[in-house]
Amino acid sequence: MVRLTREPIDYAALTERVRSSQAGAVVLFLGTVREMTAGRRTIALDYEAYPEMAIIKMQQLCDEASTRWPITAAAIEHRLGRLELGEISVALAVSSPHRADAFEAGRFLIDRLKEIVPVWKQENWDDGTTEWVHPDSTMTAKLAMQSPSHEEADGRSETN
Amino acid sequence: MNVAVRLFARARKLAGTDSLVLTLTEPASVRQLKERLGETCPALRPLLPQLLVAVGTDYVTDDMLVAANSDIACFPPVSGG
Repeated sequence: MVRLTREPIDYAALTERVRSSQAGAVVLFLGTVREMTAGRRTIALDYEAYPEMAIIKMQQLCDEASTRWPITAAAIEHRLGRLELGEISVALAVSSPHRADAFEAGRFLIDRLKEIVPVWKQENWDDGTTEWVHPDSTMTAKLAMQSPSHEEADGRSETN
Repeated sequence: MNVAVRLFARARKLAGTDSLVLTLTEPASVRQLKERLGETCPALRPLLPQLLVAVGTDYVTDDMLVAANSDIACFPPVSGG
């Protein structure tokens, strides 16, 4: 249950999709547009995606969460386009028989989404400038670690 | 061989286009594809050290080979959420 949308995210509906009589716990995470970042004021964020790959990666994350924790269901929805302050950019919901697994799986899903799902945001600052947000990539480092020449060089290999 | 490369986010903005065709000598690695990208589109050079490459929907390492019919995408580190 993963989706990209240009419309406001209905997080209540998303939450309902993972509710089940098999689950005793449901965790919902919302990512929202924050006004202040390191002392600078944002007026809006613009999100774009590589949609085909983003959908596959989000589904892979849900599948991986299902193998690592006994979750009942997981759902992720990411919004694209222009988002104003306070709007919801991403919502994810996880259900499980007991709360610890839902919390842990939810944390895993949002942390990994920010590492591997090809979605990008551009800041629109209040001084009229724009800036793509490109954090130091853990993916770049991991791909470098996976290269055979690198493993030979320092004897390490990828452990995830 | 010619390979088509899709660009996203700041890579698209710097290049001024959402796709490029690169001419590579076979066999061509992802590393060589990145080098050719920088030669073809100098505006992308600042991004090359951090550039991520996907073939299909999988991330690939610099040592992997690309084929003429590969579905290739290049983009900066992701920042969703």
